[in-house]
Amino acid sequence: MDVTILSRLQFAVATYFHFLFVPLTLGLVWLLAIMETRYVKTGDEEYKKMAKFWGKIYLINFAIGVVTGITLEFQFGTNWARYSQYVGDVFGSLLAIEATVAFFLESTFIAVWVFGWDKLSKKMHALAIWLVAIGTNVSALWILTANSWMQHPVGYVMRNGRAELVSFSAVVFQPYVWLKFTHQITAAMTLAGFFVAGVSAYHLLKGSNVSFFKKSFKMAITYALIASILVVLIGHEHAAEVAKTQPTKLAAMESLWETRTHAPIYLFLWPDAEHEKNSVEVLPLPGMLSLLAFHSTSAQVKGLKDFPKDERPPVLPTFLSFRIMVGLGFLFILLTLYGYFKREDIENHPAYLKIMLYSIPLTYIAILLGWTVAEVGRQPWIVYGLMKVKDAVSPTITSTQVLTSLIAFTLVYTLLGIADFYLIIKTAKKGPEA
Amino acid sequence: MIWQIIWFILWAVLWAVYFILDGFDLGLGSLLPVLAKNDKERRIIYNAMGPFWDGNEVWLITAGGATFAAFPKTYAVMFSCLYTPLLLILFALILRGVAFEFRSKHDSEGWRKIWDFCLVFGSFLPALLFGVAFANIFKGIPFDVNGMYHGNTLKLLNPYGLVGGILFVLVFMMHGSLWLWVKSEGDLSERAKETADKFWYAVLVFAVIFLAYSYFETKLWDNYFKSPILFVIPLLAVICLVMVKVYITKGESFRSWLSSAFTILFTVFWGIVGLFPNLFPSSIDPNASLTIFNSSSSELTLKIMTVVAVIFVPIVIFYQFWTYKTFIHTVTEKDLESDEAY
Ligand code: HDD
Ligand code: HEM
Ligand code: HEM
Repeated sequence: MDVTILSRLQFAVATYFHFLFVPLTLGLVWLLAIMETRYVKTGDEEYKKMAKFWGKIYLINFAIGVVTGITLEFQFGTNWARYSQYVGDVFGSLLAIEATVAFFLESTFIAVWVFGWDKLSKKMHALAIWLVAIGTNVSALWILTANSWMQHPVGYVMRNGRAELVSFSAVVFQPYVWLKFTHQITAAMTLAGFFVAGVSAYHLLKGSNVSFFKKSFKMAITYALIASILVVLIGHEHAAEVAKTQPTKLAAMESLWETRTHAPIYLFLWPDAEHEKNSVEVLPLPGMLSLLAFHSTSAQVKGLKDFPKDERPPVLPTFLSFRIMVGLGFLFILLTLYGYFKREDIENHPAYLKIMLYSIPLTYIAILLGWTVAEVGRQPWIVYGLMKVKDAVSPTITSTQVLTSLIAFTLVYTLLGIADFYLIIKTAKKGPEA
Repeated sequence: MIWQIIWFILWAVLWAVYFILDGFDLGLGSLLPVLAKNDKERRIIYNAMGPFWDGNEVWLITAGGATFAAFPKTYAVMFSCLYTPLLLILFALILRGVAFEFRSKHDSEGWRKIWDFCLVFGSFLPALLFGVAFANIFKGIPFDVNGMYHGNTLKLLNPYGLVGGILFVLVFMMHGSLWLWVKSEGDLSERAKETADKFWYAVLVFAVIFLAYSYFETKLWDNYFKSPILFVIPLLAVICLVMVKVYITKGESFRSWLSSAFTILFTVFWGIVGLFPNLFPSSIDPNASLTIFNSSSSELTLKIMTVVAVIFVPIVIFYQFWTYKTFIHTVTEKDLESDEAY
């Protein structure tokens, strides 16, 4: 197999794995901060117990997020050397800024939080978790700025055979960044809300620590409700931005082959990429796609056939990932709405509690599919319209090298993943210390 | 011109701080089986590094990120040519990082043994490979103007590379033992002190060999003969190393550790100043060598990065300093009883 395919696979393995842990880190930390702040304000020991219990899970999850991030930081150089040279002037600084302003903050203060329970005043200790919350979320902002630039490069000129920065503010303030960031953060909050609600549901079903887990559930369901509404609203704006900046991706997301005005959305559709059409198209919502993408039912939407074949992304995975993500988004709103209105006697709704427990994996699926839409939908470009993936790979590495490291990654990550989820589940099942 | 030089200096500082800070936990991690006699002592060692190792490792991430931002071509060629050793370092660091968090979370002898092994292996291998890699960079790496590598990983293990690797390992082990001496009490602390003392002699021998060997194998000394004032740097490194021994003899643990930290600082500066203006010299074609001038980012990028560094690096140093102050106390058995202890 050639180096490009293997490097892509390796990158996918490494990022998907990193991102199995990142969202809980991003979303749960705000809940921890709220819990501890309530403890400081009210003196209610139960809130402290909550911060400690959910914090323990948080830390197990955090560990893997950290160690898998380090490999990503270096992989741009090891596997994508041509890319790094070509766009490093713009892209590299974003990664360096992320490390300087965010990674130090989160990794220093998470340790302060863990080891500081008896060494710091209550307020200082609560401040530590707020700083971690800010650190992790700022880190997300910068890495997503970097990723947004790959989706929609701005603020550069071609000079000296590479992309050189001319406007930093154009890179940082383009709408893509803010849409990506807010969509991502609210997605992570949805996941964390479902996680806490789901684990609480497990204990409520068993009748263990009812007061503790009811309190947790109520907090989490409110959080998840707000987040899941926002994630859908922002997702809609996000899609409109994609329509403007990456027409091939939008066409693949909806599997639209012919350019047309009044483009509908089909409730059921199955793409047939080989014949450049859809084999199934039923239940159209007339003009819906034009409306959602360009805010007018009569707007023209470009179809895939308008683009050369070698500039189209793989349609089926992009389309399916988008559909399922959107579907799950609406499902999450329904689930959280129900829980929110029944929250006062939630322990008397065992069927619902069971559903919530088994919904935890759905939020993970939605997030990973979101990234699939964004990354696979960007193909064949590594930087949209500027550089193709096949031109980006390091010239000097061999397929044996990459194959070996890919196998090693897969192996090590699988084992670590199993160990990590085992510890998380064990800790979650055990419940808080008496 | 000036911006490239600023970033060269910052580059040196980032690596030096990384080796000072992560140096002690890489060294102490490698020595776990030597220093600890029972599980309680092993836990004390884990907790002596607990609040610090992650914050220390971020200096490595930042050094990597800064290379990418300021010298993207060096980042690209260096990391792709050194693919295999770099990935080995990364895998080792992954296992080490997880070991800290996982070891204490499950109560079984076998489980703990696995993670102890990961800690030792994951600390020793990076210490060795960083030394080997830097020694080879000092010597020059066989790559051409297209960034194609003409060596192989085994050739990195040449005698000079190995001496560099061993020197790094020994320095870090001394540095780590000194840290444990600061952070523990009683028998363990005493054992740490004695170990550090033994390593001191080994470091001295290998440091002399390395400095002399560099004269024959590398061009590092050229800059020094050009501007003799620079000899202050290796001189300070040697003085600091002597001070380590002085403070060991006096029984002043923290000062001894601090001297060891300065030894590392000046040794890294010695090497990097010797490289100037190269960052990644080629051993087969001088035209291929990557310097701070032919591999740097545009001036605008360097300026923006400078602003960020000038604002945030002092803030980082301030709060990391505060963290060290807050957690510098010795780890006692009582600390191990806490729910959060490793
Ligand atoms: C939207 C958020 C997001 C995304 C898309 C990524 N990460 Fe990440 N990363 C985080 C959010 C995050 C985080 C929440 O800030 C983590 C997770 C656990 C942690 O400690 O911080 C983290 C950790 C983390 C670390 C370790 C930091 C430390 O030691 O404290 C590094 C070096 C990276 N990441 C690098 C990357 C790179 C190079 C990515 C791109 C390919 C990437 N991350 C994608
Ligand atoms: C963490 C969430 C992310 C996930 C799950 C993810 C997933 C993926 C996947 C699946 C691919 C392979 C696509 C293909 O080859 O068809 C890919 C490629 C890539 N992504 Fe991402 N990605 C994430 C974040 C990022 C970020 C934040 C960046 C940059 C800052 C980035 C940069 C890249 C690069 C450089 C490639 C390699 C070239 C390519 O194959 O397109 N990714 N990613
Ligand atoms: C109706 C609901 C939703 C819409 C319209 C929507 C829209 C989008 C669009 C258009 C993208 C691609 C952006 C790009 O290519 O750069 C995207 C990406 C993504 N989505 Fe959604 N989304 C929805 C719901 C959700 C839900 C429920 C989650 C998870 C809880 C989620 C998580 C993500 C993630 C993690 C990404 C990748 C990061 C990014 O590109 O922003 N989305 N979404």
